[in-house]
Amino acid sequence: MQIFTCPFCGPREETEFHFAAEAGKHRPEPAEEVSDADWADYLYLNDAPKGAAREVWVHATCGEFFVMTRDTVTREITDVTALPGRDG
Amino acid sequence: MTRYSAFSLLREGLRGHRGWQPAWRKARPKPAYDAIIIGGGGHGLATAYYLARNHGMTRVAVLERGWIGGGNTGRNTTAVRSNYFYPESVALYDLALRLYEGLSQELNYNVMLSQRGMLIAAHTPAQMEICARIANAMKLNGVDGELMGADEALQRIPLLNQTTDARYKCMGGIWQGRAGIARHDAVAWGYARGASDRGVDIIENCTVESLLIEGGRITGVDTSLGTIRADRVGVAAAGATPGIVAEAGVRLPIHTYALQAFVSEPVKPCLDTVLLYLGTGTYVSQSDKGEMVFGGGLDRVPTHGQKGNLPAQETVISGLLEMFPAFGQLKLLRQWAGVVDVVPDSSPVIGPVGPEGLFINCGWGTGGFKAIPAGGWLLAHLMATGQHHEISRPFDLDRFARGRLIDEAAGAGISH
Repeated sequence: MQIFTCPFCGPREETEFHFAAEAGKHRPEPAEEVSDADWADYLYLNDAPKGAAREVWVHATCGEFFVMTRDTVTREITDVTALPGRDG
Repeated sequence: MTRYSAFSLLREGLRGHRGWQPAWRKARPKPAYDAIIIGGGGHGLATAYYLARNHGMTRVAVLERGWIGGGNTGRNTTAVRSNYFYPESVALYDLALRLYEGLSQELNYNVMLSQRGMLIAAHTPAQMEICARIANAMKLNGVDGELMGADEALQRIPLLNQTTDARYKCMGGIWQGRAGIARHDAVAWGYARGASDRGVDIIENCTVESLLIEGGRITGVDTSLGTIRADRVGVAAAGATPGIVAEAGVRLPIHTYALQAFVSEPVKPCLDTVLLYLGTGTYVSQSDKGEMVFGGGLDRVPTHGQKGNLPAQETVISGLLEMFPAFGQLKLLRQWAGVVDVVPDSSPVIGPVGPEGLFINCGWGTGGFKAIPAGGWLLAHLMATGQHHEISRPFDLDRFARGRLIDEAAGAGISH
């Protein structure tokens, strides 16, 4: 069992968390001018990095989303940060 | 190549097995080939075999960073089946199953295909309705599928938990009689032997470091064993595929997760089908040696490390014990994990990507083993002709921009 740290609740078991998306994706706007390819890019395409990764996770227990920086091979977590506008 | 037969086995048996030859050549890379395949798992080796067999291309190299069949090909639970929902998927997976049915003869290599049938078991009336829908879809798509009632299911799998306090009491499910298991290593080794015999170079311990691209065309690869030229490159590297094609500007709809599998100590025969239980998400079959081979859902943490986490183990094992309380006495021999490339619609991605001459066959997620012959057949067709086979066309990467997903996660009710 790995322990993840929620910026709001502190260290909790990994089963309380869900992976949401890779960090840094921005919803393309305005919607009516976005091409099919750009929508597909936003909705589906990923980097799936091996090694250092920045990801958005949600702590299912409190419902808050946050950014986790971790290594996808060693599983070491180096940083957890609340999303902009939220106080951790 | 020595042909394997009952006679050759007898002859070698009489002279102390001193005459066997290695099944495939250990090759060193040449400076150039007509085609390079990155990834020496089942899909890559099958691609090489069918390039030579179906298309007469023998100046082909398979580059494997470790040893052949050491990735997901050697880490799965060996089930083969084609009980899918959509016509596109059935065409794909049943091509694989039909090729599996003739594979031992085709390769002169015993892949130990055992078509012992598979039950997808349901425990609620709602699930049984979904099962009926899938079984009907399978019939419409021309493959064998039938709705099985509780009585027959329990007759086939008498050890299933039938007590009054069973949490997921079996109501029946979908039966596919042609489904079964095959020896996973033998599939890799048989294809390697067949490809090597036709002139393909199989190069192990050779890591691809970068793709060579000139003027919008692929021209080769830089590897840990030097530069190798080819104007056609196929990538069949599962979870490593996104990292390989990234520098060609290609991004894929893939997340990589660990999928675990487990083997118990061997016991006397007591389970002669493959079972997937919708209620627990656990699947299990008994190997020829008597071991219970089982697995379940993904670890829920994206990873490239080939090791599993404890919560998923707990879920899978508790699922097995709910289905078969008697298995609580079994000791677990081994547990391992592979890195699987999961796509949002649970269907593979096959087709040309990025620069001209670059092709991929990936995104099989948790179900790549059953598809090996078809994956190889279709990637070979793409690499040889530059065109999609009609079966691979729906699985092109362009389906995500076209909105034409083949959503088997919802369609076939598979657990992931």
